[in-house]
Amino acid sequence: MLSLLVSRGLQSALIVALVVTFSFLLIHSAPGDPFAGALDNPRVNPAIRANLRAQYGLDRPLPEQYVKYVAQLARGNLGWSFSRGRSVRAVLGDVLPRTLLLMATALVASFLIGVGVATVQVSRRGSALDGFLDRASLFLASMPDFWLAILILLAFSYWIPFFSIGGAVDPVVHDMLPPYARFFDSLWHLILPAVTLTLLYASGIARFQRGALLDVMPLDFIRTARSKGLRERQILLHHAMRNALLTLITLIGLSFPALLTGAVFIEKVFAWPGMGLAMVGAIGARDYPLVIGCVIVGSVLVVLGSLLADLLYRWADPRLRQL
Amino acid sequence: MTEPLLSIQDLRTYFHTSAGVARSVDGVSFDVGAGEMLGIVGESGCGKSVTALSILRLIQPPGRIEPGSHIIFEGKDLATVSEEDIRGVRGNRISMIFQEPMSALNPVFNVGDQVAEVARIHEGLSKKAAFARAVETLALTGIPAPAERAKEYPHQLSGGMRQRVLIAMALMMKPALIIADEPTTALDVTIQAQILDLLRDLQSRFNTSVLMITHDLGVIAETTSRVIVMYAGEVVEESPVEGLFAAAHHPYTEGLMHAMPQIGHERDRLNVIPGTVPAPTDWPHGCRFRDRCPYSWELCGRDHPPLYQIGVGHVSRCHLAIEPERRNHPHPPLVVQQGVAVA
Repeated sequence: MLSLLVSRGLQSALIVALVVTFSFLLIHSAPGDPFAGALDNPRVNPAIRANLRAQYGLDRPLPEQYVKYVAQLARGNLGWSFSRGRSVRAVLGDVLPRTLLLMATALVASFLIGVGVATVQVSRRGSALDGFLDRASLFLASMPDFWLAILILLAFSYWIPFFSIGGAVDPVVHDMLPPYARFFDSLWHLILPAVTLTLLYASGIARFQRGALLDVMPLDFIRTARSKGLRERQILLHHAMRNALLTLITLIGLSFPALLTGAVFIEKVFAWPGMGLAMVGAIGARDYPLVIGCVIVGSVLVVLGSLLADLLYRWADPRLRQL
Repeated sequence: MTEPLLSIQDLRTYFHTSAGVARSVDGVSFDVGAGEMLGIVGESGCGKSVTALSILRLIQPPGRIEPGSHIIFEGKDLATVSEEDIRGVRGNRISMIFQEPMSALNPVFNVGDQVAEVARIHEGLSKKAAFARAVETLALTGIPAPAERAKEYPHQLSGGMRQRVLIAMALMMKPALIIADEPTTALDVTIQAQILDLLRDLQSRFNTSVLMITHDLGVIAETTSRVIVMYAGEVVEESPVEGLFAAAHHPYTEGLMHAMPQIGHERDRLNVIPGTVPAPTDWPHGCRFRDRCPYSWELCGRDHPPLYQIGVGHVSRCHLAIEPERRNHPHPPLVVQQGVAVA
């Protein structure tokens, strides 16, 4: 167990280092730089531009910039966000909790709903309900995320103006509200993006889990369970579920990063000021330190996701425990 | 015989598939007496396993026990009792032991819990009490250090140990009948003998009836007192076991015996019964063994043979019962004449 954590820790560090290098190279090879938008204006004196670039070391050769960046990173300094005029750490400190809140809500809800729907489908397999849920989940799973987000936004904040049009909190009154009202204000803003993500992922999980359960049901040990006198429901929820979860764990591990990238579009549509939105903005502004900062957080989440999946596997499958 | 423990009457289990109706078990009747060890023998696809599964209504769609079938056990007809009632019988009054001890156990639960589960369902025992009972029962089956073994998972045990776990599971409630469906087929020969000894021992100790289902006449000879031979979804011969080995009547049974390799008889190749079992969607008219039989004549293609009484407790579904002299004039079976024999 300890050796697993150590080896995975080393692997993860290597992966993050590689990701940093590649994203550094990629974002620096994109045309323009952090001052391009504001300063490549012909009316701005080229001397001012050159001066600013020199000040931030952007006139130095790329390898030198890379070494400087890594050295700074090694000291735990993520750098300065040009576009936001704050440290990258402060920016991430603002946006990351919002994305994690959205992700965690959507992941937990879609897991519960997806597994629940699949269980209902399998317990009534071949019924009209099974068929309906099957088509509904296929429909949702094949829907582009941004399109579903736009439709939901249109339906529930415009046609039926029930929810806010975007943002994580009410921009005007939030700070003046008492604590409980702030909580409800946040919840109010969370519902639409979370529901959108949940619909998308729950449909995928439901389809996956239904297949996994149907793969388990014809196996011999299910017949043994029946021959003991167990109820069909107990068989499904106890004997079949635990085995079917093994396949689902893979999906959960894989969907960790997917939730993050998927959230980019959802955050954009719902103007949810999270990491996805921050990253899109940073790329547009060539805000090198913020882009790489976001990428680092993303890759750490991916690594954690797969580590979590590994640990869940060990918990769920005794055959893996002595490996 | 006094009142039998289990009486199966005209059992028909059909599978309604898109390729047609597979009549896997087609009018099977037999009794199992209290404390009796009865064997059912036949090759793959003869309907013996489907018969076993039908007794506890473990047949899954598209399979179905057809109306008119009766499975009388302790005064109830298991073919028609409610789901609730049949669940009360499963694992409690009648339990089953399956062929593949690896796949018959759930890989993600420890074996003690899996055995204990039976007592939790049927006696409502607490998790702890049921586990303690499971350890006792595992000890009965000769598993060394049962308390430690009970906490292990199926993949940590050997094949023989797993089969003992399944036997313990079947024994938990001291059932009246244990159905053992090829309990030794997946095991090494030495382990096979141990498991058969164990079953025989437990059977005499608890006076449990055992229905032993196998394709192996050796297992039948070693364990059972009475044997039923199945072919193509039907009982083709039923006899006390000595009678069968001394004088098999049905040509199929005869073929099975010839197919058994014997030590001391050196042969270049094994004897086989030519041809294969016909498809259950399309049983031939008349005698279902006719095409593979060395004695068949016109009558066999015309009339479906009934079970003829041959001797005391000995019946056979073969027209040779009325024209015994034909046994002296065998001919190559039709499948050989038509050149479709694969062997």
